[in-house]
Amino acid sequence: MSHVTRETLAAAAKRDLEAILQRGKPLTPKERLAIVPQEMPTQDPQVRRRTMSEVALGYTAEQSRLESLRCLQCRNAPCVEGCPVRIDIPAFVKAAGEGDIQAAIGIIKRNSLLPSVCGRVCPQETQCQENCTVGKALKDTAKAVAVGRIERFVADWEREQGKALPPSVKPETGRKVAVIGTGPASITVAADVRREGHQVVMFEAFHKPGGVMVYGIPEFRLPKRIVEAEISALQAMGVEVRTNFVIGRTRKLRDLLDKDGFDAAFVGTGAGLPKFMGIEGENLVGVFSANEYLTRVNLMKAHDFERADTPIFRSRVVAVLGGGNVAMDAARTAVRLGAEAVHIVYRRTEKEMPARIEEVGHAKEEGVIFHLLENAKRIVGDEQGLVTGMECLRYELGEPDASGRRRPVEVKGSEFIMPVDTVIVAIGNDSNPLIPRTTGGLQVTKWGNIIVDDTGKTSIDRIYAGGDIVLGAATVILAMGEGRRAAASINALLKG
Amino acid sequence: MNAPPFPAIIPGYYRYSYRLILMNRILSKTQLSDDVFMMKVEAPLIARERLPGQFIILQINNDFGERIPLTIADADAEQGWIAIIFQTVGRTTHLLAEKNVGDTIESVLGPLGHPTHIERVGTVVCVGGGIGVAPLHPIVKGMKAAGNRVIVIMGARTKSLLIMEEQMRALADELIICTDDGSCGRKALVTEPLKEICGREPKPACVVAIGPPIMMKFCAEATRPFGVRTLVSLNTIMIDGTGMCGGCRVTVGGETKFVCVDGPEFDGHKVDFDNMMKRLKAYRRQEEHAHEQCHLEQAARQKGAAVA
Ligand SMILES: Cc1cc2nc3c(=O)[nH]c(=O)nc-3n(C[C@H](O)[C@H](O)[C@H](O)COP(=O)(O)OP(=O)(O)OC[C@H]3O[C@@H](n4cnc5c(N)ncnc54)[C@H](O)[C@@H]3O)c2cc1C
Ligand code: FES
Repeated sequence: MSHVTRETLAAAAKRDLEAILQRGKPLTPKERLAIVPQEMPTQDPQVRRRTMSEVALGYTAEQSRLESLRCLQCRNAPCVEGCPVRIDIPAFVKAAGEGDIQAAIGIIKRNSLLPSVCGRVCPQETQCQENCTVGKALKDTAKAVAVGRIERFVADWEREQGKALPPSVKPETGRKVAVIGTGPASITVAADVRREGHQVVMFEAFHKPGGVMVYGIPEFRLPKRIVEAEISALQAMGVEVRTNFVIGRTRKLRDLLDKDGFDAAFVGTGAGLPKFMGIEGENLVGVFSANEYLTRVNLMKAHDFERADTPIFRSRVVAVLGGGNVAMDAARTAVRLGAEAVHIVYRRTEKEMPARIEEVGHAKEEGVIFHLLENAKRIVGDEQGLVTGMECLRYELGEPDASGRRRPVEVKGSEFIMPVDTVIVAIGNDSNPLIPRTTGGLQVTKWGNIIVDDTGKTSIDRIYAGGDIVLGAATVILAMGEGRRAAASINALLKG
Repeated sequence: MNAPPFPAIIPGYYRYSYRLILMNRILSKTQLSDDVFMMKVEAPLIARERLPGQFIILQINNDFGERIPLTIADADAEQGWIAIIFQTVGRTTHLLAEKNVGDTIESVLGPLGHPTHIERVGTVVCVGGGIGVAPLHPIVKGMKAAGNRVIVIMGARTKSLLIMEEQMRALADELIICTDDGSCGRKALVTEPLKEICGREPKPACVVAIGPPIMMKFCAEATRPFGVRTLVSLNTIMIDGTGMCGGCRVTVGGETKFVCVDGPEFDGHKVDFDNMMKRLKAYRRQEEHAHEQCHLEQAARQKGAAVA
């Protein structure tokens, strides 16, 4: 597939939109279905392989309107069913189609606090867009109304126009809430609780707030200035952000409530414990968790060889284990750092890959090589402990299991060595045990996730939790939804 | 430098907000040897919570600086300071050494890691090599306070590199100094007196060894035949220090452990030191380059200052 420039896409959209507007008649459903689905303008793959700047450039105003006009405004709105925070999608898309961007963003913000982020990173193809009638009619989810891209456009417009004013804050109540972590779950709680006039202090272990959005998801997918703008908005509301403060070590969770005068606490510490494969050779030099690799680059800026003090391994041939967003991000980062070849090794087939489809596509365009139905068996190294290769096994799809998915089973004797100097393990994260370990009475599942009831409350009164620490590694939108729920409970508690 | 005022809305101002609570101001600075410095840093929250054996992670420049772990050598909860002792081996430690009393350190995170398990066990041998004497100090203090008989063995290449001799002498029931060149104390490696002490009757109850990896490895080998429990404190490459990246991992008894959260102390008889030493060298080439660069820049700055 050859790359279409932004200019070409913009010109086509302009022409098509003018034709529709000139007719001055409402569109029939058939006409709506006939509108060309708007492609996301992107940087040329050859150029972006060498830069960290954002790959997806965002719709033009005409593209956004045209794409919105594809929506059939279904009365039963199946898309809303697919949205974890139930944004009124038909309503905002309608406003966007009429060119009333201000109204569109207003509707989104009733349910979502981070539309600029979610428009970029939500797995829309398994949420709103999976249910879309347009996609069904055209027999292709990829042709569903691109809700996420429209969302991104209207949210970016608002920020760029300087119209994203921080929400108003009710008079001070004198109540104080501690929010642990600064990821999407915590940001949502901070905003919703602060709105009610309660004092909010956020605690972040790292030197910069934002959670995975800052240290994990790369700049080329989610520019850091967007996250910074969200944090600044919180600060403008009067939320205090304390970085370099690790709860459980700098201060125990219970001490915040018992000694420091906080009336309630929310734990949104994410799923920050990298899983390893448990195979031979995993501690050789040149094997990294995706967390480490991505943190070195995103948070510590190791790609800026001139200015950054944090080093990054200079790889020639990289294998990334896994098939999720994290794996795609790590592989595409390795490409940008100058690796000659980057391989994704995944045990199942592309259909099962949990990564956003768009990112899989981008990775392929950038030259990442996919090895499906293969898995690592052991990593081999030389006498200096440096990785020299990875022994892999081939798999085939066996009988369907209970969930109906065909299980991959290994092909006996199919071992082969893939010569690589770097292996990045991106097979998921467990929950960080620090807070449960240092907070007596806090109940967790056997995987270490904090247990909450349906109000978001943990086993300890006045302590709430949400996001990845409760769900296991999940998504930004789910974290935000959990934050909303916990914030509502905290606000109810503090009212009483 | 004072903390900036508390502005209502400045994008990106969060960088400064922590200073309201954690000033991280340098209260004193002492040069202990050619390239070893001690600093007292204002950090009341860390001073309040910290226990022997724990460490901090510090960063000089929040945008481009690296995060490095340093053991807390001493602390005073009442006065709200912690002491760090460091050797100028890389870029960050060089920049740190150039700071003066009254300057602040942009980021200081802690206290991290499990504290040393301190209890009354009888006789404890504490072995410190080079700069490792610094992290050993609070442990010696704690072990002594718990009512143990504490034998301290200190080792260095040469006399001028020995640090904290006074403090150790004041605490230890028995102090043995070893130098490679015999310029002070015995001309021996620390393992030599260690073996002798393990051979005494009754055997010491436990050994704590902190120093260069190779020293810890040989201390563990020295005590193994005597079956004396030997703790080592590992100082691997770290980023977050909270268990998030796995960069600090080591193999202990065949299992992968994260030094920052599972350690920093481990059973020396189970640590795979060879693997750890290889991992420590992962960025050697880049680090050597940075170090060299650092000296060049420093020389240039000094020259500049001399001209001005
Ligand atoms: C590389 C990568 C790519 C991803 N891509 C996508 C994507 O495309 N789409 C999507 O929807 N989701 C994606 N995700 C998942 C998504 O980022 C997470 O689900 C989401 O960020 C979880 O939010 P959270 O608020 O629960 O916690 P996090 O964002 O994990 O934030 C937790 C914060 O708490 C801090 N913290 C932890 N412990 C403590 C403590 N004891 N004291 C103080 N602070 C502490 C951490 O430093 C961190 O900053 C991705 C994840 C990764 C790692
Ligand atoms: S330093 Fe990152 S896990 Fe230990």
